[in-house]
Formats: sequence, structure tokens, C-alpha cells
Amino acid sequence: MTLTETRPTKAPRFGRSSRRSATLVVGCVLAGLIALLALVSLVWLPYATDDTSGGRLTGPGGGHLLGTDKLGRDLFTQLMTGSRIAFEAGLGSVAVAAALGITLGVLAAFAQGWLDDTLSAFLDILIAFPTLLLAMLIVAARSATLGSAVLAIGLAQSAVVARLVRVLVKRVLTQDYITAARTSGTSWPRTVLGHVLPNIWPTLVVNLALQFGLAVLAEAGLSYLGLGAPPPNASWGRMLQEAQATFTTAPAGALAPGVLLVLLVIGVNLIADGLRETLDPATRRRRA
Amino acid sequence: MTLLDVRGLTVRTADGRTLVDDLSLTVDSGERLGLIGESGSGKSLTTLAILGLLPDGMTATGSVDLAGTQIVGATEKRLAAVRGRDAAVVFQEPLTALDPLMRVGRQIAEPLARRTCLKGAALREAVRGALTQVRLPEPERIARAFPHEISGGQRQRVALAMALACAPRLLIADEPTTALDVSVQAEMLDLIDSLVRERKMSVLFVSHDLAVVARVTDRALVMKDGRAVEEGAVHDLVRLPREEYTKALVASARRLESALDLRSAR
Repeated sequence: MTLTETRPTKAPRFGRSSRRSATLVVGCVLAGLIALLALVSLVWLPYATDDTSGGRLTGPGGGHLLGTDKLGRDLFTQLMTGSRIAFEAGLGSVAVAAALGITLGVLAAFAQGWLDDTLSAFLDILIAFPTLLLAMLIVAARSATLGSAVLAIGLAQSAVVARLVRVLVKRVLTQDYITAARTSGTSWPRTVLGHVLPNIWPTLVVNLALQFGLAVLAEAGLSYLGLGAPPPNASWGRMLQEAQATFTTAPAGALAPGVLLVLLVIGVNLIADGLRETLDPATRRRRA
Repeated sequence: MTLLDVRGLTVRTADGRTLVDDLSLTVDSGERLGLIGESGSGKSLTTLAILGLLPDGMTATGSVDLAGTQIVGATEKRLAAVRGRDAAVVFQEPLTALDPLMRVGRQIAEPLARRTCLKGAALREAVRGALTQVRLPEPERIARAFPHEISGGQRQRVALAMALACAPRLLIADEPTTALDVSVQAEMLDLIDSLVRERKMSVLFVSHDLAVVARVTDRALVMKDGRAVEEGAVHDLVRLPREEYTKALVASARRLESALDLRSAR
């Protein structure tokens, strides 16, 4: 910053951008609608999840908004429980990834010498390890539940988060304001909580939003392979798999979960982009 | 009474280069010492070594006695107790020395709260007082602002308020006016001068600018390539520099001054 630029400026306050990001709004609407479906599914469903009273593979209309599947279950009902499972998978995985990733990342950033090397190698191996294989191992050790899928996805993502956090923390630690805080006698734990984490938070939260989208996709993939939530809780991935055989005759069964999956992932990615615009101190300062 | 006693301080990098070489200096209670030298002469490293804050990979040897605590080789816990209480620093670049995502008021409140154990409204009042004392207008507004929302001169006053909030016995000012434009520089120097006088603090004033050092301190130490080349009263240094390097510093300061005189005469 040069001297001529040091006039006081009226900048937007943190988290309250003067020019609200359009991508953030669109993303929130998309993800919000699906979140609404998921929330409603908690208290009300058109049919019970195991209600097979409808005809098999009826088309849309006639008491079933989107028709029924090959067992006569209501598709819209499955879609609603599917969106709940998608959110549970996304939030659960991100929670695991954030808790583990931030802890490991901060440790790795402070580690010196062999410990730094060991942690970095461990993270690299975890990143290179296929999520699918990890999921199969965990399912084999426990059972095919949503929890196993979330654990596998969260573990795989924690390595990515940890590596990001390590780099971000290392960069923040070289900043003058950290030295300034230390010169006034601030202890390390206080410095990390008060100055380091808040300053990596904007970048981190954008990445976590992206991880949410990836986790939703990963869970759909795992349950497509039968490694996700067990029946009768329909997840979008299993709906896709079940509707695969009858796609030419009854496309709604595969299209509906497919479209929702795409919309949710796009929505979450737009939110991530919008958050980047509003939270990133660099763009905020430039706009100021 | 000697507050800071540095003896044979040597700072080396991991690959063995010597950045500060066998430096000795003392600052008595209430005394002001200037540390002069061009960039890269090891001034800033010296200030960091005094607080045990050398960057990773650098090692200090020798002795740094700060108010009775041996800094070289001290544990982190012991250092944290000394920092702020016995010595606090005002850095060169006020924008980077303030946390960009924390409101100014909170940044001052942190060291204040630690020292005084104040809370809530009393703490807010103390923050307001700290901002007023460095002569910032509208202390309420500044306390609520983020660093990028206030001017460079205001930021440096905030940084000074943060350092003073610790009520240190020694104020280390590391080129506190270099990033400011000239008119603000003079105000800042006067401010430091009067605040330090009121509190009877000692000052270690680091600068590459002889004129600036002459304004604040009475005694100065000239550094070159990590070594002390000359030490004495600022007046003597300016009038009768003995070392070649000091002569060069004085001459360049004079040249700048006479260039200004010529221009204003024209």
C-alpha cells in the first residue's frame, strides 16, 4: 500500500457486503429449496417410505406427484428422504473433515523437523488413498450405514482440509500482526484462536462449502454401489441405481434424483463462490 | 539502573551466516537509545532477539538481560510473561502489524484486559482512554473500525496505543515513522516523545534516518553489517563522526537537507 492510498475509506463491514453477491443468492435459493424438502421430510411425508400400495411404475400424476418406482413406492417421498440423507451426508462429512482437518493442519503448521515431514507424508498418503477403497474398508469393519459412508468421506476430506489449513496457518504465522500480538505477550493458544483461525476462516469456509458439495456427490456414489444408507431410507444414489434398469420406460425415477443432485451441488458451489466474494479480505479491501 | 543489558549478542541463520555480530548495548531506566543503520544492518533482528522472537531457524547467542530476565535460551512461558510487561514494540508497517479481521478496539482491549483484568464497560472505557491518549479523534468510531478503514497515520497511533496498553518499561520503536508521510511523521515523533516522557519509559528507537533519531533520543548506536561501529551522544555523532560509515550517514542526511533548502529558496 502506498502513502497516497492511506485516506480513510468507507468499506463494507465484515459479512455484510454492500453489493450482495448474486451468485450467493442464487446458490442459497437452490440449496435452500432442497433443504426445505429435507426439513419437511422430518415431519411430513406424502406416503410412508415402505408403502408399496401404489401401482408399479405408474407415471407422474394420479395421487403420486412423480409416480412410483418398480416396487410401487412413491417417488416424491423417496426424493424427500433422499434430500435429508444428502444433507446429513454433506454436513456430517464436513463436520468430520473440519474437526479432524483443522486440528491436524494446525499441528502440522507448528510441527518442526521430522514431525512436520511425517505429518505431511501421512496427509499425502491419505489424499492419494481412494475414497471408495476407504469406504469399503470402513463398511467391512462396521456395516453399510450412512454413518460409515460419512466417516469414510469425512476422513478422506480431512486430509485435503488439513493440507490447506497447514499452508494457510504457515502463511498467517509469518504476518507482522502475529509477531505484534506475540510481542505484547499473547500466548500461543490465544494467538491461534484469536488471530490465526479468524484470518484463515474466510478461505477455509469457502473450501468447506466446496467439500460439502463433493461429499453429497460422494455419498450418492457410495449408495449407488450399496455402501450408503440402507433401505428403506432412499438415498438419491440408490434411487438412481434402482431406476437404472427401467430408465427407458420410466425415466422419472432416475431423472428426479439426478436433477436434484445436480441442483444441490451447483447451488452449494455457487454459495462457495459467493462466500469467496463476500468474505475474502483481499477482494473486500479492493472494493473498499 | 540498567533496564536492558545486551552483551555479545550474535544472531546466526541455520546455514551459518552471521547477521548480528557481537553486539553490546545498554539502556538505563528512563533512557532513550537510538539504533541507526541502513536496511539489512541487523537492527530489526536485534529488536526481535531482545524479545526472544527470532524467526524460525535463527539462533541467538550471547546475553540479553531485560529487567533481570535472561532472554537468550529462556522458555516460551517465561518469555510470554516478559513480553509486553517489560518491553513492547511499535512496528514499521502499521497496516500489516494490525490484524486485518479484528476491530481496532478489540486489538487494544486484548493486552489491556490481560494487564488490568478489566471487563465489559470498564474495559471499553479503558480502550477509549487509550485511543484518546494517542490523540485519535472520534475514539468510538476508530474502536469500531477495521484497520483498513482508517488512515495510515491513525493505524500507527493505534499500534502505539496497543504497545502502551501493556505499560511496558521499555518501548521498542522499530522504524515507527518510516511508512508515514513527512507531516504525519513529525506529529508521531512528538507524540512518542511526550507519551514516553509522561510515563518515564525507556526507549529503544530503531531507524535508518539520523534526523529522526536525533529528534527523539540523546544517545545513539550506529550499526553496519550486524556490528556496532560507533556509539555516543547524538550531537557528537552529528558534529564529529569518527567512523567512515557514520560520516557517510551524516553527509547524506546533510545533502538531503541542503537539497530541500535550495528548493525552498528558489
